[in-house]
Amino acid sequence: MTSIEAHVQQPYKYGFVTDIESEVVPAGLNEDVIRLISAKKGEPAWMLDWRLKAYRNWLKMQEPHWPNVKYGPIDYQAISYYAAPKKLPKLDSLDQVDPKLVATFEKLGIPIEEQKRLSGVAVDAVFDSVSVATTFQAELAKYGVIFCPISEAIREHPELVQQYLGTVVPYNDNYFAALNSAVFTDGSFVYVPKGVRCPLELSTYFRINASSTGQFERTLIIADEGSYVSYLEGCSAPMRDENQLHAAVVELIAHDKATIKYSTIQNWYPGDDEGKGGIYNFVTKRGKCAGANSKISWTQVETGSAITWKYPSCILQGDNSIGEFYSVAVTSHRQQADTGTKMIHLGKNTRSTIVSKGISAGRGQNTYRGLVKIMKGADGARNYSQCDSMLIGDQCGAHTFPYIDVRNSTAIMEHEASTSKIGEDQIFYLRQRGLSAEDAVSMIVNGFCKEVFKELPMEFAVEASRLLGISLEGSVG
Amino acid sequence: MSKVLLEVKGLRVAVAGNEILRGVDLMIREGEVHAIMGPNGSGKSTLAQVLAGHPAYAILAGTVTYDGKDLLAMIPEERAREGVFLAFQYPVEIRGITNSYFLRSALNAIRKHRGQPELDPMDFLQLLEDKLKNIGWDDSLMNRPVNEGFSGGEKKRNEILQLAALEPRLAILDETDSGLDIDALKTVANAVNELRSPDRSFLIVTHYQRLLNYITPDVVHVLADGRIVKSGGPELAHELEAKGYDWLRDGAMVS
Repeated sequence: MTSIEAHVQQPYKYGFVTDIESEVVPAGLNEDVIRLISAKKGEPAWMLDWRLKAYRNWLKMQEPHWPNVKYGPIDYQAISYYAAPKKLPKLDSLDQVDPKLVATFEKLGIPIEEQKRLSGVAVDAVFDSVSVATTFQAELAKYGVIFCPISEAIREHPELVQQYLGTVVPYNDNYFAALNSAVFTDGSFVYVPKGVRCPLELSTYFRINASSTGQFERTLIIADEGSYVSYLEGCSAPMRDENQLHAAVVELIAHDKATIKYSTIQNWYPGDDEGKGGIYNFVTKRGKCAGANSKISWTQVETGSAITWKYPSCILQGDNSIGEFYSVAVTSHRQQADTGTKMIHLGKNTRSTIVSKGISAGRGQNTYRGLVKIMKGADGARNYSQCDSMLIGDQCGAHTFPYIDVRNSTAIMEHEASTSKIGEDQIFYLRQRGLSAEDAVSMIVNGFCKEVFKELPMEFAVEASRLLGISLEGSVG
Repeated sequence: MSKVLLEVKGLRVAVAGNEILRGVDLMIREGEVHAIMGPNGSGKSTLAQVLAGHPAYAILAGTVTYDGKDLLAMIPEERAREGVFLAFQYPVEIRGITNSYFLRSALNAIRKHRGQPELDPMDFLQLLEDKLKNIGWDDSLMNRPVNEGFSGGEKKRNEILQLAALEPRLAILDETDSGLDIDALKTVANAVNELRSPDRSFLIVTHYQRLLNYITPDVVHVLADGRIVKSGGPELAHELEAKGYDWLRDGAMVS
């Protein structure tokens, strides 16, 4: 099976470092650092107060160790909490952006220059702790859609940020969410007004560049009544020997009849073959279907990070609201992932769908952990869960922890699970038809992940398939 | 006489330390249909798998020359691209991949090898439709995932459909008749007869004679205990049907 494994364990292609002059705040965390971050962002007093409240809570909290992952202690005082390129655009003009930044994003396949922009996709490019460019802002404004760095939203749209920030993931929700609330630096803010179908795909690309820093971004997306938005995030980081912490928080709010589609292609540096280096991706993502007939759909393709620890979740509060979670998580080398979702059914006739595909290769460990909770008032709630694991080689592991908590007897629950191994016979069958061993593996993996890939926006389905080194079926690619 | 397409000489093969083939000699000319018959465990399927290049088998001795080239030196996909096709006894399922996409990818890999342009989905469907029409089949299997949820008969039929699409020069049918009812057997046999041509050879591995009622071979071989113990014309198949295999086993090399 060595050829199969070699194929799955491709070298990391995005591990370069951009040599750029950066301002990096000295390592360490205390209230002065938080005040400094807040001041750098030109934040109002309420924001600083909120950060400090979160920080003081965080000090009293314990780092959680229940996930099925292993890592050494994290020294929070050894991390720098703010790093930014020195030359940043003053206004909304890219002329003043350091060409090295433009080149960096171009190398990552994210063109931010006016003439090269991806059609149909507005991009917010975040480099270390700051947003360096957001495209198509003016065009979106015509529809009343706000798409900007969250630091800008705090200054320009304080009433919206104050109304929604922390309402889905409170500042004291969990250890890493509290840390994020205290020190978050940038991220994206989206507001789609009533009845508007956002005309572009919105996308944020997160790039960690500086060493010994963490990235703490915060994303807040609000879809007002009857609106629709599709948002995608991508990410990558240089290859470094150290572990870098990425602790993000994402909050989504969908009002009556609104739909939010949130897709992630996560490709943080996974560390080397021996497990040295790589990103710790400890993220809290949660959406609230606040209104009736609203819908939140999470799709994630997780291929990077040394450790992934995240559970994009839905609180189905509005009657008839829908939550979806489609996930492909790949662990190879020595990567570890503990990921899944939580579907909390509160409203009547709420429905949720979970489709999780875990692929383990090398010495990777892949855990699905999911909770489906049907509360007392959720009459007629339904859930369908499907958890499939694929093993490549004999040194990896797949684990499944589905938790089900039903408090209403009218609920209908379905759960399916499977574990498969890419077999020599499957590979031989495809090779006998003329396909190379590599293409054979690609095809098998592609077929395995198909239900998830078809949920991705077209442009990104191609990207996702490229990441997995697989070719998509004609209808998509 | 037509050109020799395949020549097997003194082939000895082991799997997991057990010698299964113990010196097989076989020669197939272009356009010929050969049947290999034999009792269970005689090595028939091993021969089919070895010719296709399955990695589980160790070659102990012997040579296989295909179209003048050393077949054993080629990796499985090279053999396929050079025109060796195996209709599997137990076709595997490929979840989530449609037959149509799979077959187009396979055909394009072969076309690329031959220096022909790759086919886009539209051209491919057109070509496929023509091929299916030739053997009197429809395309109902094409949009289903490869062999997933197929009945035994559908799986076998799917192998022949692939054969029709990929146009091999040497088609090896490994117990394609097993598990087929009489109607399915006729359907498959008719398709194979349609696919016979002067530049295509067949090696049909079968335990029973009944498939050969519909496909008349040029040569019938009997494989027993890892050796070809008897070869003859189509009448040999009938003789085997009447007498069974035991009379050949004891006498060993009767040829």
